[in-house]
Amino acid sequence: MGEEVIKAEGLTKVFNKHLTAVDHVNFSVKQGEIFGFLGPNGAGKTTTINMLITILKPTEGKASVSNFDIAKQDFNVRNVIGVVPQEYTADEDLTGLENILLCADLYGIPRNVAKERAMELLKLVELTDFKDKKVQTFSGGMRRRLELACGLINRPKVLFLDEPTLGLDVQTRAATWNYIKLLKKNYGMTLFMTTHYLEEADVLCDRVAIIDHGKIVVVGSPEELKHSLGGDLITLAIKEDEDVSGLIQKVEHVKEVRREDGAYRIKAELGEITTPFIIEALRKKGYTVTRLSLTEPTLNEVYLEYTGKSMRDAEESREAFAAQRMTMRRARQ
Amino acid sequence: MSETNGNSKNKLHGLWALTNRELKKWYKAPVIFILSIIQPILWMGFLGKAMNIGAIFSGSQISLPQTNPPLTQPQLLQLEQFFAGLQSSIMQGAFNTTDYFSYMAVGMIAFTALFTTMFSGMSVVWDRRLGFLNKALSTPVSRAVIISAKVLSATLRSMFQAGIIVLVAVAFGLQLGVGFNPVNILGVFAIMFLVCVGLSSIFIAITIRSTRIETPMAVVNLINLPLMFASNAFFPIKLMPDWLQTIAAFNPLSYTTDAVRQLLIFSTDWATLAWDFTCVGIFAVAFATIGIVLSWRFLSK
Repeated sequence: MGEEVIKAEGLTKVFNKHLTAVDHVNFSVKQGEIFGFLGPNGAGKTTTINMLITILKPTEGKASVSNFDIAKQDFNVRNVIGVVPQEYTADEDLTGLENILLCADLYGIPRNVAKERAMELLKLVELTDFKDKKVQTFSGGMRRRLELACGLINRPKVLFLDEPTLGLDVQTRAATWNYIKLLKKNYGMTLFMTTHYLEEADVLCDRVAIIDHGKIVVVGSPEELKHSLGGDLITLAIKEDEDVSGLIQKVEHVKEVRREDGAYRIKAELGEITTPFIIEALRKKGYTVTRLSLTEPTLNEVYLEYTGKSMRDAEESREAFAAQRMTMRRARQ
Repeated sequence: MSETNGNSKNKLHGLWALTNRELKKWYKAPVIFILSIIQPILWMGFLGKAMNIGAIFSGSQISLPQTNPPLTQPQLLQLEQFFAGLQSSIMQGAFNTTDYFSYMAVGMIAFTALFTTMFSGMSVVWDRRLGFLNKALSTPVSRAVIISAKVLSATLRSMFQAGIIVLVAVAFGLQLGVGFNPVNILGVFAIMFLVCVGLSSIFIAITIRSTRIETPMAVVNLINLPLMFASNAFFPIKLMPDWLQTIAAFNPLSYTTDAVRQLLIFSTDWATLAWDFTCVGIFAVAFATIGIVLSWRFLSK
C-alpha cells in the first residue's frame, strides 16, 4: 500500500507527572487502510487518539497526520481529519440536520456546500427521513450514525473513530460495520479506530495494534497475528489437583502448556488429532478430564497471548461505564 | 479531496454557529424561555414592591406621642406636611430618587446580568462531560471562538432580559428621570453588554478546568449574593460602612447599576456616566482577555 498517513514515533503522554497513559508508542498507518487500536479499558487507546486529533499535547515524542505535525501544525491537522467520538456529542435539542450543519460551521464550510454534503451524508447513514427530528428522539444506533455523518462533513483524509460501536446492540453494531466498510470502499479513506471488541477488529481492520498499559505489544494484520500463535488452542481441566503440565508437554505436536486458574491452555498443531492423544495420555495416568475445548485461534487468543489476560473483565466495566453515561445524559434533561 | 476543502480561512468562523447553538437551547425551549422572562418579573414584583422603604417615612405609619395639651388641628396638618417633606428629602438624599421601586428595579437589571452569566460557566462543564467540547476542539474552530461563543450567548440572553425588565418596570410604575430620552435605552444595552462580557468571562474562567458540575455551583453560590449586596443594587453605597464601601467600589455591578440609573431614573450626570462606562469597560476588556488566555492554556492540555 501507499504512503504513510499517520506516523507516531515515541509518542508519550504523562498525566500529572507520574501517570503514564501512553508510553513511547511507535506505529504507522498507511493510506487507505483501516487501522485498529485494540486494548482494554485504560490501556491508552483514547489518550492516543486524543493526541492524534490534537486535543491533547504529547509529553514526549512526535506524530504526524497527513504529513502535518500534530503539535506544531495542529490547525492543518484539524482541517484534514474527521472525528467520531466515543460519546454521543450531537445536541439533543437540535435536529439531525441542524447538528450536521453545526459541524459544517465548525469547519467553516460555506452553507450551500454544507447543505448539499449534509443531504448526501444523511442518505449514506440512512437518516434522511429523520433529518428534521430532534436528536433526543433518536435511538443509540441512529445517534452513532449521526456522529459518523458529522465526522465526514469536511471530507476528511483520515477518519478517527473512538469505540464506534460502544453500547450498541449486535444488529446495530453489524450495521455500523457495514457503514465503515462502505466508507473505505467509496472514499478510499484512511480509518483509525479504537475498539475493545475483538471480533470487530477481526472483521474490519486491515491491521491492528494491541495496546496494554500504554505500550504497543504487537502490530500486524489479524491473520498474521492469529497465525503467529502457531496452531490451535486446547483448553482442558482435570478433576485432580496435581500439575500435569509436564505430562501434556510430552504428547506429540504439543508446543506449549500453560496452567491458568486450574485449567490448562495448550497450544498445539493439528488440534483435532492431538487432542485425543492428550486425553489418552492423561487417562493412562489415572486423571479424569472434566472439561475440554478446542478452538482455532481468534484475536481473543492473540490478545491473551500477548497481554496474558482475558479481555472480558475489561469489557464488562466498559459496558457499565456506557450505561452510567446514558443515565447521566438522561438526567440532564 | 482538496487540501483545504475550500473551507473558510476566517479566524472567527463558527462563532455565530456556536453562539446560536447556545441560544437555541434557550429560545427553542418554551418553558426555559418563559421562565427566564418571568424570573426577573417575580423578583422585581415581590422584592421591589415588598420593600416599600418610602412608606416607612410617611406620616401615616407613625403614631404620634400624646402631648399635653393635645396638638391642634392646624398643628397636626403642619406636622403632616413636615413628614411628607421629610420623606421625600430622606429618599432623595439616600437614593437620589423619591421612589424606591424605581431605584430597586434598576438594580434588578444588574441582578439579571449576574444570574444569567453565572450559568454560562455551567454549560462549559456540560459540554466537557458530554464530549461536545472535545469534538469542537478537534475541528479547526479557534479555541478563543469556543469561549467567545459562550460569552456572547450569555450576553445576548442577559441583554434581552434587561429589555424585558425595563418594559415591565415601566408598566409597574418606574418613574423615568427628567430629561429621559428613548435613546438612553441603547446606553442601557451597551453597559449590559460590557458587564455581561466581563462577568461571563469570569465564570467561564472559573469552570474551564472543571469536570464536575458541583464545583462551579459551589463557587457561584458562594459569590453571587455577596457580590449583589456589596453593590448599590438595593442600597446606596454612601450609607454603607467604610470597609463595605471599599468592596463596593471594586464591584462592577455598582458601576453598571449606577450607569443604568443615570440613564433611566436620575437626571443624567454625564461625567458620572462616563466614569461608570470607563470602569465597566476596563472590567470587560480585562476579564475577556483573561478568559481567552485561560482558554488557550487549559483547553489544550
